[in-house]
Amino acid sequence: MPEKTQVLRIKRQETPNSEPYYEEFEIPFLGNHNIISMLMEIRRNPVTRQGKRVAPVVFDANCLEEVCGSCTMVINGRVRQGCSQLAEDLNGPVTVEPMTKFPVIRDLWVDRSKMFDALKKAHAWIPIDGTYDLGPGPRMAPSVQEFAYLFSRCMTCGCCLEACPQVNAHSKFMGAAVIGQVYLMSQHQTGKMNLDERLDAMMSEGGVADCGNAQNCVEVCPKEIPLTTAIGAVGRQTSIKWLRDLFMK
Amino acid sequence: MPGHHIIVGGGLAGLTAAMKLAEQGEEVDLFSIVPVKRSHSVCAQGGINGAVNTKGEGDSPMIHFDDTIYGGDFLAHQPPVKAMCEAAPAIIYLFDRMGVMFNRTPEGLLDFRRFGGTKHHRTAFAGATTGQQLLYALDEQVRRYEAAGLVRKFEGWEMLSLVQDESGDCRGIVAIDTRSLEMRAFPADTTMIATGGPGLVFGRSTQSLVNTGSAVSACYQAGATYANGEFIQVHPTAMQGEDKFRLISESIRGEGGRVWCYRDSKPWYFLEEMYPAYGNLVPRDIATRAIHKVVFDMKLGIDGQPLVYLDVSHLDPEELNRKVAGVLEIYEKFAGQDPRKVPMKIFPAMHYSMGGLWVDYHQQTNVPGLFAAGECEFQYHGANRLGANSLLSCMHGGNIAEPAMIGYAKSKKSAASSTIFDQELKLQRESFDKIFKMNGPENAFALWRELGDIMTENVTVVRHNDKLKLTDDRLIEFKERWGKIGLNDKGKWANQEVLFVRQLWNMLELARPITLGALNRNESRGAHFKPDFPERDDANFMKTTMAAWSSDGPRFCWEPVDVSLIKPRPRRYDVEKSASEPKAA
Repeated sequence: MPEKTQVLRIKRQETPNSEPYYEEFEIPFLGNHNIISMLMEIRRNPVTRQGKRVAPVVFDANCLEEVCGSCTMVINGRVRQGCSQLAEDLNGPVTVEPMTKFPVIRDLWVDRSKMFDALKKAHAWIPIDGTYDLGPGPRMAPSVQEFAYLFSRCMTCGCCLEACPQVNAHSKFMGAAVIGQVYLMSQHQTGKMNLDERLDAMMSEGGVADCGNAQNCVEVCPKEIPLTTAIGAVGRQTSIKWLRDLFMK
Repeated sequence: MPGHHIIVGGGLAGLTAAMKLAEQGEEVDLFSIVPVKRSHSVCAQGGINGAVNTKGEGDSPMIHFDDTIYGGDFLAHQPPVKAMCEAAPAIIYLFDRMGVMFNRTPEGLLDFRRFGGTKHHRTAFAGATTGQQLLYALDEQVRRYEAAGLVRKFEGWEMLSLVQDESGDCRGIVAIDTRSLEMRAFPADTTMIATGGPGLVFGRSTQSLVNTGSAVSACYQAGATYANGEFIQVHPTAMQGEDKFRLISESIRGEGGRVWCYRDSKPWYFLEEMYPAYGNLVPRDIATRAIHKVVFDMKLGIDGQPLVYLDVSHLDPEELNRKVAGVLEIYEKFAGQDPRKVPMKIFPAMHYSMGGLWVDYHQQTNVPGLFAAGECEFQYHGANRLGANSLLSCMHGGNIAEPAMIGYAKSKKSAASSTIFDQELKLQRESFDKIFKMNGPENAFALWRELGDIMTENVTVVRHNDKLKLTDDRLIEFKERWGKIGLNDKGKWANQEVLFVRQLWNMLELARPITLGALNRNESRGAHFKPDFPERDDANFMKTTMAAWSSDGPRFCWEPVDVSLIKPRPRRYDVEKSASEPKAA
């Protein structure tokens, strides 16, 4: 072992229903290492600090550029992508754990399908007439595009759900990510046309009213998406729709 | 009766095909190792090309076509490339209608930027995350069809093999659930492979971890022809990392970034000096070789290391933030320095495979019923791909496959017998049982690193026949060592190691047509450069390399290139392209 090493304390769990446990690994320190490259190092030599040969740590990762959202995990108590956590920014041993608001598949790999289900429920798409050539889309002011673009970078990583106190075993709250997408769709001329469908979803169980205004989501979002702006705006839109529905009945 | 289709891969090409098929009322089973929204298409940064000509530059699909053929050094069949360039404006408009937040002009129209290998502003872009934005738009449309019951997603499933009938026609696939390791056979009228590139064959590259090329390799081993495998694009500007080489998009140069190194203690803008007509916006193969030259031949790398500068510090930071913030953020996050103030340090990295499964003009492989679209096929980029043409080729390939797949499904009368599915399933189960019993001294991930290192060293920027031969010998040796792998994880649940061992075998199989294709081609063309054969040789090598798998290694034959529309001419970037064009009769 070279003089400088990095210790990783990893929370492991063999199956969704088995008991979790921690294992420690010590690997040579390299300045350009990050959490994922260190996990890769472990795969090449899956031996714990205590000298025990074990199964390599299972983890979810893909792009390694912080645009796919896969490698989201809890590092020293804070949720973020493992790929962009550089070793040189760590001081001392680091604890790596899976997110807690999603079912664990194995080790650091969790099942985030409920986030994709929420997008389905919220009709988070632009209902185009068809894919045949109908010419360009609606014109858009650069200022509108620049604002909407902030929301279009959401990679469904789950940080905002992990940090949200309202997302827990006793609540159906869908979390901030989907609200951001509902807001994004309403920035587009065509998307606005079926805003009501999306607001219906936002007014149903687990919708925007379940937000407790803790504002943790905006703190942890790796893409710095102004999620609380979206929550505020969608909240107002649902209130207006609620009143309108009341009088239209 | 609607047709039933399998699509393997949920990036841009696969999602396009899924959307188009579902729109026609067809049934689609969509397989993806990762949730489709996390596919490698998200990594495409710069944009998508289409000659919309909103800048008054007189651009047209024909000029786009000529740039693409010329950039590809006359190795692509010309008719499908022409069709793609003609379809490009409508493809961009469709994305616009689907809600992609493309950058806009003051008038509210789509904005376009310049990219390498062209003199026109032809690249539509959404900040510096265009691939992500396009993928999300398609993901949303496919989710709409999923909600309507036309698309069934199998996310977290990996394709293992094709199921073929007695005549060799593809009748479906066998796939494995990467969580439960349950294997199942899935019948279909047609199957499409849209699994992207083989980046992991080169170890570290700009590609994502799912890009093993494993599914493509399985098709190749089942009889699908692998074409032009030797044409590997090395992107000139990437950050060097322990886990991957992170792309710094060509859009950085499109927006005014300059490449330089110190010479005689002064900055030397070598691309601008060597290629005055295109400067920093020469195509990728040209820029890559220039960087190699200044680093290895002239020994001018930063602090003697294989690195040069990519500099935007002279540009307006606000303008940069509006147009390329996503790229600069990646550099800032992974290098810990602000590129708006300090020049970036970069070096070339394996980026894209121009080669891939051979397909006809309707995206069908030589295996009846098996289609391919996107980076995994060979059709649109010749010997070198122009920046921002890859997103376009994914979308176009997915588009034109749809009617061909429906047509094929309708023409197929007889149902496949169930025994072929049982047989293939049994075969795959046995092969996994064998892997589970492996207990030799080799580590699969360490072996993979060795594979990547030798492929990167000998089969990327500069190619020598003796080193290519040596690499192929090593590949054969790696295959033997593969048999001596010891499995550290014997678990029967979510066992990533056992899946990787199988992928590694497929990488080794696929590395051979790539390496031997390069060995056979004694010329220099596009991304393929041999110092011993520095010129393009149209008389002997203006032909498509076609590799067929056999147990003794790849067997090669060659197919002539259709150059019926643009007469081949020398490719030069030191002078204006028009000056190198033949005079009209």
